[in-house]
Amino acid sequence: MIPLSWLLALSAVVFTIGVVGVLVRRNALVIFMSVELMLNAANLTFVAFANHMKSLDGQIFVFFVMTVAAAEVAIGLAIIVHLFRLRETVFVDEIHLLKG
Amino acid sequence: MIPLFLGFAALLVATSLLVILHKNPVTSALFLVLAFCSLAGIYLLLHAEFLGMVQIVVYAGAIMVLFLFVIMYLNLQHDVETGVQIAVRRGIGWLAGAAVLLTGATLFGVPAGGGSGWALGPANAVDPAAGAGNVRAIGRELYSRYLFPFELTSVLLLVAMVGVIVIARGGARRGGARRGGPPPAAGPADPPEDR
Repeated sequence: MIPLSWLLALSAVVFTIGVVGVLVRRNALVIFMSVELMLNAANLTFVAFANHMKSLDGQIFVFFVMTVAAAEVAIGLAIIVHLFRLRETVFVDEIHLLKG
Repeated sequence: MIPLFLGFAALLVATSLLVILHKNPVTSALFLVLAFCSLAGIYLLLHAEFLGMVQIVVYAGAIMVLFLFVIMYLNLQHDVETGVQIAVRRGIGWLAGAAVLLTGATLFGVPAGGGSGWALGPANAVDPAAGAGNVRAIGRELYSRYLFPFELTSVLLLVAMVGVIVIARGGARRGGARRGGPPPAAGPADPPEDR
């Protein structure tokens, strides 16, 4: 039996790596990958608690999160491709149309 | 079980770090595949066999193939990040990450109640997945209690599919029209757009 606290700590570390990736990188694709990391860290928490509480509800939530993540990735990548067609870049600090 | 978990956890943290540290987006994506696979291993250790398989099939399979496809389609150069501005932003990013982690650790140190502190006791006396296997139990739950959300996700996927097609197609049309020189004079000869 893996201690719940270890799983939560691992999830927190992975989530933090995702946060840092979003803040530090400027390639929109890598930022997107960091968002995926954060989603997966949350999923790990769900599974850890489902295991701890001997309940399946957490696992079913993870299933739904995965579905939403798949839809989100498809839409997001389409937006990035569109952006690349318009501006020839995926670096987020070169996309500053709203900056005034 | 504990050594296996520690191995998977170390692999997960190392590959996640490499995802955000590596300059080449293709390499980042491949490390992300490895991170998802090690997470699937952790799911297996937690008796979530169905989710482990779905994690590999959906994340490491479908989603990452989509990522790699887009990266290669866009033909990106390496991420060149130089200058003092980048250094400042990078420092701020790591500091903010440390702050997030510290906040979590503070909450972690103060369990709300007695016992383990972070969760109520077991909801069921026995693991519902024990014996029969995880897939069967999840299937029963999905098609009984969670039937409506389950059907809603199919609508969500349909909407996402239509949305992706509209975004990609609309971009191609507008780009083609803009590249075609000066806009033609409006007149009755203009054919209506086929919608």
